[in-house]
Amino acid sequence: MADRLLTLEIFRYNPLTPNIPPRMQAYQLRETPGMSLFIALNQLREEQDPSLMFDFVCRAAVCGSCAMLINGRPNLACKTLTQDLPDKITLMPLPVFRLVGDLSVDTGVWFRDLSLRTESWIHTDKTFEAQGLEERMDNPTALSIYEAERCIECGCCIAACATANMRADFMGAAFLNRIARFLIDPRDERPAAQVFEVVGTDEGVFGCIGLMACDDLCPMEIPLQGQLAFVRRKMALAGLWGK
Amino acid sequence: MKWSDAHITDVLVIGAGLAGERVAIEAAQEGHQVTILSLVPPRRSHSTAAQGGMQASLGNVAMGYGDNPDIHFEDTVKGSDWGCDQEVARMFVELAPVAVRQMSYWGVPWSRVAPGKRTLPDGVEVEELQEKAGLIAQRQFGGTAKWRTCFAADGTGHVLQYAMDSVVVKLGVAVHDRTEAISLIHDGERCCGAVAVSLRDGTLRPYLAKATVIATGGYGRIYGASTNAVINEGTGMAIALDTGAVPLGNMEAVQFHPTGIVPANILVTEGCRGDGGYLLDKNLHRFMPDYEPVKKEVASRDVVSRWMVHHMRRGFGVDSPYGPHLWLDIRHLGEEHICTNLREVHTICENFLGIDCVSALIPVRPTQHYSMGGVRTNKHGHAYHLAGLFAAGEAACWDLHGLNRLGGNSLAETIVAGMVVGERVTAFVREHPLHFSFSLVAEAVRVQQARLDDLRSRSRGSEDVYQLRKAMEETLLEKVGIFRTGEALGEALLTLTELYRRSQNLRLRSSGLGPNPELFAALRLPGMLRLALCIVHGALARTESRGSHYREDFPHRDDENWLKRTLAYWPEGAEAPRLEYEDVKITELPPGDRGYGGMPISGD
Ligand SMILES: Cc1cc2nc3c(=O)[nH]c(=O)nc-3n(C[C@H](O)[C@H](O)[C@H](O)COP(=O)(O)OP(=O)(O)OC[C@H]3O[C@@H](n4cnc5c(N)ncnc54)[C@H](O)[C@@H]3O)c2cc1C
Ligand code: FES
Repeated sequence: MADRLLTLEIFRYNPLTPNIPPRMQAYQLRETPGMSLFIALNQLREEQDPSLMFDFVCRAAVCGSCAMLINGRPNLACKTLTQDLPDKITLMPLPVFRLVGDLSVDTGVWFRDLSLRTESWIHTDKTFEAQGLEERMDNPTALSIYEAERCIECGCCIAACATANMRADFMGAAFLNRIARFLIDPRDERPAAQVFEVVGTDEGVFGCIGLMACDDLCPMEIPLQGQLAFVRRKMALAGLWGK
Repeated sequence: MKWSDAHITDVLVIGAGLAGERVAIEAAQEGHQVTILSLVPPRRSHSTAAQGGMQASLGNVAMGYGDNPDIHFEDTVKGSDWGCDQEVARMFVELAPVAVRQMSYWGVPWSRVAPGKRTLPDGVEVEELQEKAGLIAQRQFGGTAKWRTCFAADGTGHVLQYAMDSVVVKLGVAVHDRTEAISLIHDGERCCGAVAVSLRDGTLRPYLAKATVIATGGYGRIYGASTNAVINEGTGMAIALDTGAVPLGNMEAVQFHPTGIVPANILVTEGCRGDGGYLLDKNLHRFMPDYEPVKKEVASRDVVSRWMVHHMRRGFGVDSPYGPHLWLDIRHLGEEHICTNLREVHTICENFLGIDCVSALIPVRPTQHYSMGGVRTNKHGHAYHLAGLFAAGEAACWDLHGLNRLGGNSLAETIVAGMVVGERVTAFVREHPLHFSFSLVAEAVRVQQARLDDLRSRSRGSEDVYQLRKAMEETLLEKVGIFRTGEALGEALLTLTELYRRSQNLRLRSSGLGPNPELFAALRLPGMLRLALCIVHGALARTESRGSHYREDFPHRDDENWLKRTLAYWPEGAEAPRLEYEDVKITELPPGDRGYGGMPISGD
């Protein structure tokens, strides 16, 4: 396996040279043991085409920068090993997000907007007392908040979502997971009705048509289906479902 | 340049990691207008990658009862090998608990104390008291007398950064991501902002501010093997150095973390050893107790890394196609513990090594990890010699860490420094109106535009940016590592000086138009080489061994001559830094024995 000749077909487009239309460009590369797409793409850039645009930051699957369509499936490129792929590899930028160039897309602006729309911060009337002890919390609660907080905003669930691909304003699984994160957190004092005002719309839970590609694809393995069910249950309890 | 492109703000923060965002929050809360620049969206900053935890002397867990700021202070000073500024360390240890609790108030889901008895991996039985139930839990990290490291399962940096950014979003602070500061605008006495290049389209823009803060993190990527994110290229330090006025402090102090995995150089957290993991050699012998009978695997990082390399040099390393390594063994911690508090480690092993560390050993060796050195500031975070310029976090030499940082003290530093420096920035902005001259700004932009135009024209030069970069990375890795000698450092100096000369002569292979990665790499390289030269010159001049700086030809700490901090200045047009020294401030704890890391360690 190790000395296969790989063909990488990569989407190319530089918005600053619009006279050159979008195209697929093929590169050939000798596979090395343990090669990841992080290694492969950097090698291409350094040795064959220094203009190739893509994003890596942590290269350890924790920062969410490098999601792309790998043979049609959204995933983090840094943790994708070539040994798990066929000889021919197609790389495309994530759909839904604005293209920066080649494989690079603007997930940052999109996710900041999500944070704003969901008001993703702790809402409380308490003030911080620098001299006091911390407020207590039991560890299972802390862990369940953490479970939802593990989202790295890579955008895979959004790119895989049929609804998000059709409607620009649909916020998808990352959005519902974010709602769940603040619903679980006892420090957030927002009344349920206020939270559900954002969720109980077509941009929120009602937009979801239940294909659940998001749940299969989440690189962090966050149980997105479970989080969606949790939000729906909470809504029913609050008597707000379908209102 | 078009003046309509200029962006004017009260406070310009360069860097959106924990340090930068914490400074921004402090200033924004006081009603000042703040703009943050970042290479990437804030939540992708390198702070996010920290797994292990943040030190603060809460004394919440059985193994930490009785902890207080005094003990944290002593650990920090010993860790620094008496190289740190004790006034700063004192301020830091007093504020760290406040920082941890404020982050909790802002939403960090810290792991919590669950009362009851449990047995630690080494057989010791401890009881977590009912009265501490639900308070923030703490784990052990290296070089500490008490368990003090607060953590959130396996993702402390991630949750800290997300909570911090949530406050930034709430306060409506403007963040210009994919924007890189490439020079500071100053007149030699006062800094009034920065020139930045957009990584979305390659255009330049001046940012004008009353106060400018450098919070750009470390430079790990100038080394060929580093645990750092690929964006950690030290450009923030480099632009401060380029002013000629501002010195970098202790650049020779480079930390190597004991457990980077082989070959991917990805970090597995110190929590592995803190929670009871062992280091084994090729005979599966646990060797650290042989060298450090008391602290064993949890001595400070400089010491553990040195013993590891020493042990490999003695022939006990495990051979691999990627050179020798050792094993990290966490199997005895059990699946449940590994899959919650060390889950990230488990995932990394699965993704990048294809192994299950519940049942398999992890191949590790010391890997470049942290820069103690950085933009030298006073205890308020104000850079030397340039009014209106501040620095915080890993990019700064405040100087909390001296010649070696303790694990868990960096996350704590970013936030505590953010608070302290943020307050000073706020006061400065209140007292100083925006002040700049048109010609100064126009000239600063013109100089940078000329660099871009020159590279894009491809009309001269012959050197390839990636080749030079690789040569720099390898030189540092081979000759400016854990064990240093005058001879190897001398060779590195010659090589790097030559590379620096050649870096003035780059020629792009691609057009350099738009968001072109080769162009951006070419803009960064000369500055990275200047940092490398500061490290080598500093290391060659420091003829002693202290903390992470170990000279085989001068294996003892020399308090008589070297209780000093190196200050590296870069005069305009020079090929080498000018080194000056200042005394280290000792206010409470006079130099003594660290209690681990007995020297000398003979090289083989
Ligand atoms: C793998 C790993 C694990 C770690 N684990 C721990 C741990 O468990 N505990 C601990 O205490 N410490 C840990 N550390 C160290 C700690 O994480 C870092 O020192 C700390 O997070 C640095 O924070 P910062 O805010 O200074 O910089 P960073 O978080 O690195 O942020 C730098 C910011 O500056 C921006 N930037 C850089 N250059 C420019 C420029 N020229 N123009 C504009 N923006 C720029 C970047 O985009 C980024 O937003 C770890 C480090 C690593 C590498
Ligand atoms: S580079 Fe960070 S997730 Fe891939």
